[in-house]
Amino acid sequence: MRVVVLMAGALAALLAQPVDFVRDVEPLFQKRCSGCHGAARQLSGLRLDRKADALRGGYSGAVIAPGNAQGSRLLRLVTAAEGVKMPPAGPRLTAAEVDVLRRWIDSGAPWPERAESAAKARPRPAHWAFQPVRRPAVPAVRNANWPRNPIDRFVLARLEQEGVAPSPPADSRTLIRRLHLDLTGLPPAPEASSGAAEETAARLLDAPHFGEKWARHWLDLARYADSDGYEQDQFRPHAWRYRDWVIRAFNRNLPFDQFTVQQIAGDLLPGSTLDDKTATGFHRQTLTSREGGLDTEQLRTEQVADRVATVGAAWLGLTLECARCHDHKYDPISQRDFYQLYAFFNSADEVNHLAPAEGEMGPYLQQRPEYERRFRGILSAYRVAELQPPWEREVRAAIADPAARLEWTQVADYVKVYQDHGHAILHTPAERRTFRQAHDLTRVFLKYPGPLASWPEAKGVNFSQGFEKLEQLDADLPGLSEVPALAERDTPRRTHIFLRGDFRSPGIEVGPDVPAALPPLPPGAPRNRLSLARWLVGRDQPLTARVTVNRVWQELFGRGLVATSEDFGTRGDLPSHPELLDWLAAEFMDSGWNFKRLVRLIVESATYRQSSRTREDLLSRDPANTLLARQQRLRLPAELIRDSALAASGLLHPSIGGRSFFPPMPVGLLKVAYRSREWRVSEGPERYRRTLYAFFWRSVPHPQRMNFDAPDTLTTCSRRQRSTTPLQALNLLNDPEFHEAAQALAARVMRERAELSARLTRVVELALSRPPQADEMALLTRYYVRKRQRLEQDPALGVRQFPGAAAADLDPAEASAWAGVASVVLNLDEFITRE
Amino acid sequence: MSPLDRRRDFLLRGACGLGSLALWDLLARDGYAQTAPPPLPDARPLAPKPPHFAAKARSVIFLFMEGGPSQIDLFDPKPEMARWDGQMLPESLRAHLRFAFIKPTARVWASRQTFRKHGQSGLEFSSLLPHMASVADAWCMVRSAHSNQFNHHPGQLLMHCGSPMVGRPAMGAWLWYGLGSASQNLPGFVALNSGRGGFASSGLFTSGFLPSMYQGVPFATSGEPIAYLSNPPGLGSDEQRERLEAIRGLNELHYQQTGDREIASRIAAYELAFRMQTAAPELLDLSQESKETLALYGADQDNAFARNCLLARRMVERGVRFVLCSHASWDDHGSLLSGHQKNCRLVDQPSAALIKDLRQRGLLDDTIVIWGGEFGRTPLAQTLEPGREEATGRDHHPDAFTMLLAGGGIRPGTVVGRTDDLGLSVAEDKVEVHDLHATLLHCLGLEHTRLTYRFQGRNFRLTDVAGQVVRKMLV
Repeated sequence: MRVVVLMAGALAALLAQPVDFVRDVEPLFQKRCSGCHGAARQLSGLRLDRKADALRGGYSGAVIAPGNAQGSRLLRLVTAAEGVKMPPAGPRLTAAEVDVLRRWIDSGAPWPERAESAAKARPRPAHWAFQPVRRPAVPAVRNANWPRNPIDRFVLARLEQEGVAPSPPADSRTLIRRLHLDLTGLPPAPEASSGAAEETAARLLDAPHFGEKWARHWLDLARYADSDGYEQDQFRPHAWRYRDWVIRAFNRNLPFDQFTVQQIAGDLLPGSTLDDKTATGFHRQTLTSREGGLDTEQLRTEQVADRVATVGAAWLGLTLECARCHDHKYDPISQRDFYQLYAFFNSADEVNHLAPAEGEMGPYLQQRPEYERRFRGILSAYRVAELQPPWEREVRAAIADPAARLEWTQVADYVKVYQDHGHAILHTPAERRTFRQAHDLTRVFLKYPGPLASWPEAKGVNFSQGFEKLEQLDADLPGLSEVPALAERDTPRRTHIFLRGDFRSPGIEVGPDVPAALPPLPPGAPRNRLSLARWLVGRDQPLTARVTVNRVWQELFGRGLVATSEDFGTRGDLPSHPELLDWLAAEFMDSGWNFKRLVRLIVESATYRQSSRTREDLLSRDPANTLLARQQRLRLPAELIRDSALAASGLLHPSIGGRSFFPPMPVGLLKVAYRSREWRVSEGPERYRRTLYAFFWRSVPHPQRMNFDAPDTLTTCSRRQRSTTPLQALNLLNDPEFHEAAQALAARVMRERAELSARLTRVVELALSRPPQADEMALLTRYYVRKRQRLEQDPALGVRQFPGAAAADLDPAEASAWAGVASVVLNLDEFITRE
Repeated sequence: MSPLDRRRDFLLRGACGLGSLALWDLLARDGYAQTAPPPLPDARPLAPKPPHFAAKARSVIFLFMEGGPSQIDLFDPKPEMARWDGQMLPESLRAHLRFAFIKPTARVWASRQTFRKHGQSGLEFSSLLPHMASVADAWCMVRSAHSNQFNHHPGQLLMHCGSPMVGRPAMGAWLWYGLGSASQNLPGFVALNSGRGGFASSGLFTSGFLPSMYQGVPFATSGEPIAYLSNPPGLGSDEQRERLEAIRGLNELHYQQTGDREIASRIAAYELAFRMQTAAPELLDLSQESKETLALYGADQDNAFARNCLLARRMVERGVRFVLCSHASWDDHGSLLSGHQKNCRLVDQPSAALIKDLRQRGLLDDTIVIWGGEFGRTPLAQTLEPGREEATGRDHHPDAFTMLLAGGGIRPGTVVGRTDDLGLSVAEDKVEVHDLHATLLHCLGLEHTRLTYRFQGRNFRLTDVAGQVVRKMLV
């Protein structure tokens, strides 16, 4: 009893003593908090070793309210009063320690001023990718005859250091085919399979197919597709406008800095043109959901976050999305950095500009009066003027008080989800609505009359029939193309850090800014997307140029100098040739971001021209070919496999740009779709366009594309896989499109050549851009003879295998045999490989 | 023809029969291929791999009830609800509720179904599922399943891929990647579908960021079962074989030119493709099944789900690792009484038949059957037409729903977890979706934190950063 009294007395004496920050509080912070909230790390944005930071608090706001311990989050955290306990590990703070904090805060949290200059700015991170790009000196090499340009000196210097000789150059035909496939994505015609490499490269860089080939890589990054993505996955009929912009940009060699600025902020450029706005379609490739019950704000925040992540991957080579829920675990990117970038995009809204493509206006204007007449007919037949206003009143009432009448609340949800800006239109007075808005609202009204359908006033009105009539009417009116773009809203949205990434848990407010670990925005630059765009291509911003030249290298060698082309952070691979990477980046920037020049520089190098033959001497030493002592055999991307088959057979329709076409699709696959929409296979030459233009339906991606590793377009893709699977074999063996190509190739060689050996040679030349070798001739001849014999034994077989032969004036048996030969060649590993 | 040419000729013709090693060896000894690269390696990237520890199960069949069946009307009787029928919940219970369509002020709708205990275990089933009740003692009924996604697409992605975001691999792809496939003639992961199309479509059998060879192969119910499985018109199997041999011969010659080992993978892929062309039609040929078996499933009726369940058994019998059988849709926001009745009629008998059939063939011991949706349905009514109970439905309910599991390593005849008196939330033993995944992987001999794949700078796993093995579900 006495002991207790004594202890209580000592405690009382201690309590009576005023708290001294330096003596009592600071050591406590240092001992128990500074591991996570000190100079080295600031988890949740909280830093407790400096006065200003500590009093400002973390991402969730202030934790110390001077004079009010009761209302200070710090106290609730150390007492585990709100579920989260701090410190998270180790013993709890003692009652006495908690009391020290309580009394310190209650006494106004006094914290003596002291010089805190040392830690003003964070030290620049040591990671290689964040260092400025400097142009390294081109190294000296012993074998001065091999290098064709400075690239080769960097590569050879390393090889000589390792004691490895480069490979001999590829033979001329292989090199020409390589250039064609790499620069235009199409195999050379046999007549173009030889010649000087320099001239070939120069010609191909100017060919309109160049833009198609290189646009495809960029569209992977942009996650381009022709549908919404989520749930109903509605079609996006205007998506192609952005694709066309990208193709044109590569073809006219738009400098990469302008290419960047226009896509990030084309709408904000002074005197912004429709073309500039079209470029912002980059940001319109995000997924959209139209699922009932959807929280539209949640969707919008997902889209903004995806825009940040995609810009991060495409330009900076960083996994910014890791910092969405917490500070990046590995890279110097804080959660604050993420939301500061988020703030650049937070006030950009989606808009569609009406922008008729060539030839659309005439037919539209011609039919418009008739359309309006029939539209008015529908309005009167379904008594819209009389019934829609009360419907609108009910829906507006339900929006104002959702709990009042649930049946109407449901209709209000439908209006919001199924009609873009549905509620905004609903709240616009009828006389101020545009024709389009009025039309759209009436469309929703007819689709979702809700309880009004059973009102006595609406007796006899068949709403669903009215809706279908309107749908049909709309479908019959020739469409005008639109340009999906971004536009800055008049009143900017405020941006908060979302705690744990949850949009329902806003923390402190932040403004637009670039990541602290990278060079700052120029002083005085307005904090908007345009400044961000220009910053991305600033000369002192070290990532964009490195990331871009690396990706070009990846396309030409199968592997980037940084193998993880999507991640230049600390968890990514180190560059195999850091000086070459920097030299290329410097060269790229100093040339005015000249993209074609960069490609040309690489394809003219001796490094690029090497043979791709596997070297037994390097198999165990350098299996991934990081030393670049040879070129690499690369299986073609999905699109180029189909393109090559069309090109070899002569079926290819080479028109550049325009709307997407609908390729044949296995019927069974269309059945898995949420709604079996009409997939009307394109007819005529349209069907034989390059695969780049094939309609990409996100929920039912085309099996040929998926089989050969095309990206799913749901998120940005910097690097495709190259798998080898049995489904690929089935695809090339049996897909009707490839079967058709084989038949067309057969018909072509039968027309063009008469003799057996000449025809065989022609098939191989058309497909592989080289003449067959003797043993290949022997094998193909044997196959042909065997097949021909079989067809002779059963004359009906040829007709079954090649029903179109007779119409093409070909003997069915002979044509079928040649189609067999053609299909063998179109299935070869070599046919789908860039050697 | 010179002797050498004859030998080459013989070798080329017989290339499939004769090992490649022998081919190059002979050519080299003849001095013909002095610079020939070493023999083609045997490429079987999809061959079986050992698990982390001894596995109880080796295959999984997921009977996926897309759209969300109503646990209140099928598995989780709530007699207390009768007192609340037609009333609003008290303010205190409403505070934290969030639904897709209805508001927390919607009224309680007690189940109109009757429940009874079944088997020795006494598991309760409503009268809508007499067949599944007849194998009550096989099931582990998890009444405390919990998801954090209340919309279909993200909910389904979470259930199948462990994340509501697109782009992650589905469970079957993870298993194929982790364990390889025991079948040399069929893909390791197959997706079957009945009813109308799904919300998440290919998202449920995607390989996500895993190599695409682990992509689930959808077997279509109409048209060709696998895209491009059938030969072009008029081309018989022997002609296809000849075509393949010519392709193989030329590919081998090209290997000699390039030395690229990838050509071996290409040749192996063509061989597997050819075997699939034979194996898949054989697999799909239900005429091999007895009348009794067909009748057991109801596959003799016009019921695609019954056919798919029977196919699922035939697949695991042949070594397929993961079969997804989706049935759509249970999403009865309205007319739930008739909607669920119809779905149960289609699904009940085949689901039970699958259990019985697997058991009698000794396959249930190493096959896990999962039955359930991406979430359940609310105890509250969704009223579309006031006063007409036939039109009434229930909204999405991820907070507390029921999943059933049976087979390899799963404790039979058990109930795990409990919901509160109104079925609004979990009262005991909450089982998160990631816990289900962790438990499933455990039965397959995989430690869920060790089944990882490196992507975008970090290791990903099916259970993301969560997941606990639920011991109560295990034998």
